[in-house]
Amino acid sequence: MNPNALAISAHGLTCRFGSFVAVDHITFDVGAGEVFGFLGANGAGKTTAIKMLIGLLAPSDGEARVAGFDVGTERAQIRRNIGYMSQRFSLYNDLTVRENIQLYGGIYGLSDAQLRDRTAALLESLGLSESAGDLVGRLPLGWKQKLAFSVALLHEPKIVFLDEPTGGVDPITRRQFWEMIYAAAARGTTVFVTTHYMDEAEYCDRISIMVDGRIAALGTPAALKAQYEVDTVDDLFVRLARGATVTA
Amino acid sequence: MKRGALRAFMVKEFRHILRDRQTLTILLLMPLVQVVLFGFALRSDVRDIRLAIVDPSPDNATIALRNRFVASTRFRIVSISQTASAIEPLFRRGEADVALVFEPSFASHLASRTEPAHLLLTVDASDPNTGTVMQSYSRAVISSYDAELAAAALPPGRTVRIATETRMRFNPTLESVNLFVPGLIALVLTLVSALMTAISLSREKERGTMEVLLVSPLRPWQIIVGKVLPYLGLAFANVLTALLAAWLVFHVPFRGSVLLLLGESVLFAIVSLAIGVLIAARTSTQRAAMLAAMLVTMLPSTLLSGMLFPIASMPAWLAPFTSIVPARWFIVIARGIMLKGVGLPYLWRETLVLIVMAALLMAAAVRSFKPRLA
Repeated sequence: MNPNALAISAHGLTCRFGSFVAVDHITFDVGAGEVFGFLGANGAGKTTAIKMLIGLLAPSDGEARVAGFDVGTERAQIRRNIGYMSQRFSLYNDLTVRENIQLYGGIYGLSDAQLRDRTAALLESLGLSESAGDLVGRLPLGWKQKLAFSVALLHEPKIVFLDEPTGGVDPITRRQFWEMIYAAAARGTTVFVTTHYMDEAEYCDRISIMVDGRIAALGTPAALKAQYEVDTVDDLFVRLARGATVTA
Repeated sequence: MKRGALRAFMVKEFRHILRDRQTLTILLLMPLVQVVLFGFALRSDVRDIRLAIVDPSPDNATIALRNRFVASTRFRIVSISQTASAIEPLFRRGEADVALVFEPSFASHLASRTEPAHLLLTVDASDPNTGTVMQSYSRAVISSYDAELAAAALPPGRTVRIATETRMRFNPTLESVNLFVPGLIALVLTLVSALMTAISLSREKERGTMEVLLVSPLRPWQIIVGKVLPYLGLAFANVLTALLAAWLVFHVPFRGSVLLLLGESVLFAIVSLAIGVLIAARTSTQRAAMLAAMLVTMLPSTLLSGMLFPIASMPAWLAPFTSIVPARWFIVIARGIMLKGVGLPYLWRETLVLIVMAALLMAAAVRSFKPRLA
């Protein structure tokens, strides 16, 4: 594979907190335009791994490149090329929909014309044109999450990191959310998404399953299911996680 | 045209401040309420001193002195009697604060060259501070009368016997409110700058929005400046409110340069804002940040700054610690400008201390605000 086509590459990426190893030498590549599912139980180290990739945590060991830039030394360049939707709601409840969009557009240096066009397009596609002046705090959770995702894509990043974007959202909204993810991938955006809904894993091009800080399995959902002779990713996950508790 | 990232961030901060109407109203009214409450409640000057007079032989001389007390706006004569025995019950019932007892031969002694005229001044000193103040007011009235008699050279050749001159420089009427206003400005500035910045920054951490800001191209210094500048504006408005309230309600004089005071206020606000940022960097919830700000800034600014308690009367081991309280230096500056009317030639040392503090704390604040969150 051409290294320039790699959106993310991690080699032996490790994060220790004292004697606790949260992320233990993980190695993987994500190709440009791929929808990469980063699975794992709560506490498996998914969020810690994401934080190292986006520059919020310094790796204790190993290295990683995001959009071709080193996570240790080229954080400023990485920031311009990525979008991030954190586990917690990342918009401001006391600002209106439009004000939130303006804020992030401004922070990412969009021109007035770009901001105007993209705001209109975003509101149109979310069906929020009528609610542009409403406080974000008054929107239902599903709308908030969809808006947060759209805002994370506002500056058209090469890669978008989504940390449990569908937590607590109803099934219909989850379905719509994944349609948005596909639409972004179709435009060439690489999507790095963590989830613990195993049915969502089936939507990904490739998945990795983290168990106790390590990557226990990596591949396309179909290949992994065949390899472990299971019917669903859910079964696969349970098998791998059970193995971990036995060895632990 | 590119929109500035810093500008976009500051617009957001202004929106937060303007949208939270309750907090904004409280912050804007606070200096007003504080000046009025402190001004009325926390004054060490004493008014309406109830005076009991014992005058066994009233004549022109004793009545002249009595009238001096009547003329003074601070005293109110509650009882005039001929025998000293009337006084004790008045003190016991708390109906008199000061008693003035003339000796029976007061007038004749006053006219004589040899024998001084005797007066007994009894003061209710159950509150020692008030007692001392009442005593000096009384002595001031008596000695001014005495000095006037001497000046009129009556009788000829007589010299002044009681030469107690009580002059209160810079605060001739002993208006304690004058001394409190500079301290209040320091308190309001600390509150708005340190407390509000700490709360607003830790709110971003608590809600999780800080992560998103740190992942964005915003630099840490832009986040800090964007947070701090709107509150600086608010602090500025607060200083003006406090000064206006002090001037309108208490007629506190303003002898020096308003511009210099505003400049020094901005300097002091920057010090406080930096402390607020440092507190937010070390705390992860709004509640912890608020309590820490109270402990680290509000308490020392009130108790160790010389605002309420003179530093000279603190225990020797405590006094040096007041040097690290920024408000201590600012209060000297503000009192100098407002009450003495002095300028930078007299206040450069205090100003320099604040500049050094501002530089060190701001540098520490930016450093503490690492883009990586542990």
